[in-house]
Amino acid sequence: MNEERYQKLKEIVKIYLPEDVSVEDISMESHFINELNINSANLVDIVLDVEDAFDIMLENEDMDQMQTVMDALQIIEKKLTVK
Amino acid sequence: MKFKSIIQKLPFRKPFLFVDELLEIDDKGAKGCYIFPKISDFYKGHFKDNPVTPGVILTECCAQIGLVCLGIHLLGGATDTNLKIGLTSSEMEFLLPVFPGEKVIVSSKKVYFRFQKLKCEVKMHNREGKLVCKGIIAGMFKSDKNG
Repeated sequence: MNEERYQKLKEIVKIYLPEDVSVEDISMESHFINELNINSANLVDIVLDVEDAFDIMLENEDMDQMQTVMDALQIIEKKLTVK
Repeated sequence: MKFKSIIQKLPFRKPFLFVDELLEIDDKGAKGCYIFPKISDFYKGHFKDNPVTPGVILTECCAQIGLVCLGIHLLGGATDTNLKIGLTSSEMEFLLPVFPGEKVIVSSKKVYFRFQKLKCEVKMHNREGKLVCKGIIAGMFKSDKNG
């Protein structure tokens, strides 16, 4: 796992966490919607911020697959390697 | 007629339909107008003996014209089956009051439409062309076709 990317992703996710979830609650296995209580509208904003931060472009199917922090990192890695 | 078919697809009905007419629409934004009927029920209580259109209603009017009409246009044929929408955020500033019977013109500019979420800058002007309120509104669009 690329620690730098993980930290970068955490910084983005942090902005959209509801008040009752703290940044310490984020782990690789965290489910964005079920565990971090991020709603689908904010998940879109996370994806858009991820696109800007990593200079990549995500498609609808990436969005569907992006359930956990680990999924997001895998998608980022995949996009960066084909770039 | 493009404008008419968009208004027909709106999931709102009286007394919660705040679109009279669409004036312009393209992939970048929408423009439409509405006249607030003097007889609207909320004027009886907002405010007592001093009827002014509530800010939430102005926000709703901005959202229906600026966001929902634009979303239906952007989705095109995908809105034919059971469109479900939800307002997800709004940040508004109110500059002038709107009194019973006043006509307003709402215009919107798309910030982005990605992954079913539409975010717009909206502005409402009165008949004199003065800015009544402005803000940023976002919502999610879902039709049964794509789950």
